[in-house]
Amino acid sequence: MAAMNILETRGLTKTYAGLKANTDINFVLARGKVTALIGPNGAGKSTFVGMVSGRTPATSGKVFFEGRDISALPAHKRIQLGLAYTFQITSIFPGLTLHENVALAARRILGGDPAKTDAKVRYVLERVGIDDRADQIAGDLSYGHQRLLEIAMGLAQEPKIFILDEPTQGLAESEVQDFIKLIRDLAGETTILLIEHNMKVVMAAADHITVLDQGMVLANGTPGEIHANPAVQAAYLGTADA
Amino acid sequence: MKDAAKSNALHFGVLATLLVLFFVLPPYHAGNLSRIMVLAIYAMGFNLVFGYTGLLSLGHAMFFAAGMYGFGLTANLAGWPVVPAFATGIVCAAALAAVVAALALRTAGVSFMIVTLMFAQTAYLVVLYFGEYTRGDEGFVVQKAARMIGEIDLTTDTARFFAAYILFAICFLGLARVIQSRFGRTLVAIRENEERTRMLGYDAQRHKLYAMILSGAVSGVAGAAYAMLFGYVGATFASVQYSIFPLLWVLLGGAGTTIGPLIGVLFMFYLIDFSSSFTNAYMLIAGVALVLLTLFAPHGLAGLVRRKVFAWLP
Repeated sequence: MAAMNILETRGLTKTYAGLKANTDINFVLARGKVTALIGPNGAGKSTFVGMVSGRTPATSGKVFFEGRDISALPAHKRIQLGLAYTFQITSIFPGLTLHENVALAARRILGGDPAKTDAKVRYVLERVGIDDRADQIAGDLSYGHQRLLEIAMGLAQEPKIFILDEPTQGLAESEVQDFIKLIRDLAGETTILLIEHNMKVVMAAADHITVLDQGMVLANGTPGEIHANPAVQAAYLGTADA
Repeated sequence: MKDAAKSNALHFGVLATLLVLFFVLPPYHAGNLSRIMVLAIYAMGFNLVFGYTGLLSLGHAMFFAAGMYGFGLTANLAGWPVVPAFATGIVCAAALAAVVAALALRTAGVSFMIVTLMFAQTAYLVVLYFGEYTRGDEGFVVQKAARMIGEIDLTTDTARFFAAYILFAICFLGLARVIQSRFGRTLVAIRENEERTRMLGYDAQRHKLYAMILSGAVSGVAGAAYAMLFGYVGATFASVQYSIFPLLWVLLGGAGTTIGPLIGVLFMFYLIDFSSSFTNAYMLIAGVALVLLTLFAPHGLAGLVRRKVFAWLP
């Protein structure tokens, strides 16, 4: 069990002034797979990954990473263990160059060695396809490129789990296709938790899907199973016979 | 790598220029250089937290004063020789910075400004309260014995210049190195986007604490050096005015640049020196210059140069 699942949550709950954003979520993340977390707006997806990454303190429940209880660790310690997180609303260092943005991510794991850091930066920028812009100021990039930069910053950390919060939001159709390809490429190297609205991306990229609705787990399964699940269809389409 | 070579050339060039200036300038201006360098050390300490880490402290006078009184009181009251007294000044400033930062860093933004301001006011009042030892506003003159390193008499112009020069060079080159290090880069990251820095796995809080301690220690070096070289210790240096000065110098010279603090101090010093030679309302002229600079060079003089000409400026 521990070998299969890199991350587990047990009874994870978040309450905002009496309002339950997440209720008793038991979730497992299979190692080396792409798992998508989907659900209608307000289903509690971002709250959930916030609690996993440590950005949002949980009201109750536990988070286990590689079998270890990390519920009490602050966000930066969880990141140090091998979790990488990309923000739903792009969060980069707008005043610094792309190179320095990624170098900051790489330096934490590589230490002070500039040559190693440099090589790593070039490699990940090339991988997401923006290596020709390494010396530009990040704030001057188009939105799509900023999203790619965020992914590059995640990759530079060589994460064991890579959490992507709505990564394709605001991307052009062609960029979305490239993104799906990138995710499939990464699938063998790391474990990916994908929070995504775009069902086309989810169906094409995910090995496994967990559906949240009203702060609770509604369904689990392969893309095919989820696609055929009447409860999921009801949650999304609002039919009465759920 | 090329940028690193350029910034090295710049830093050594600045130091060489200062040295040459001392020998070619008339005695009055050569003497001013010592004071400018000591105040620039203070500005550099402030720049580390304000310019690089993005923390606006309005209470740095307490660290300057801690260095000053740590040196002055141990030298005068306990009769300590220069070196241990000077070291005490630095330790006092660093320790005060550690305590104040541990508390003040629980806040951010405007609250941080107010908390540091309040701590500095407290420090100022403490100096007045212990007037029996500190002589309050009136201050005291540092004994001649505490202004001698062995046979070197620091009250002479040449010795004073070289003492200030060596301290300045150590802080200037040392801080330039810190900025280039992983630690320094992380401080810049915190300034740019603290939440992102944390979510890259850095302990932002600890980095800010260390930056404050280092900044406090450097400010303490300036305070102790001021007392040692100019022979006077007084409560004015703990007042709010001396918390605002480094902010002005750094803003004028260029926040977040290694040479900005020196440029800012130099500019302001001569602006006041020059305007006071023909009018009593010299602060008015200083004020107008400040307004113009903030309007037309909001990133300071060095910041302007970085934007327009040398993007590599450290």
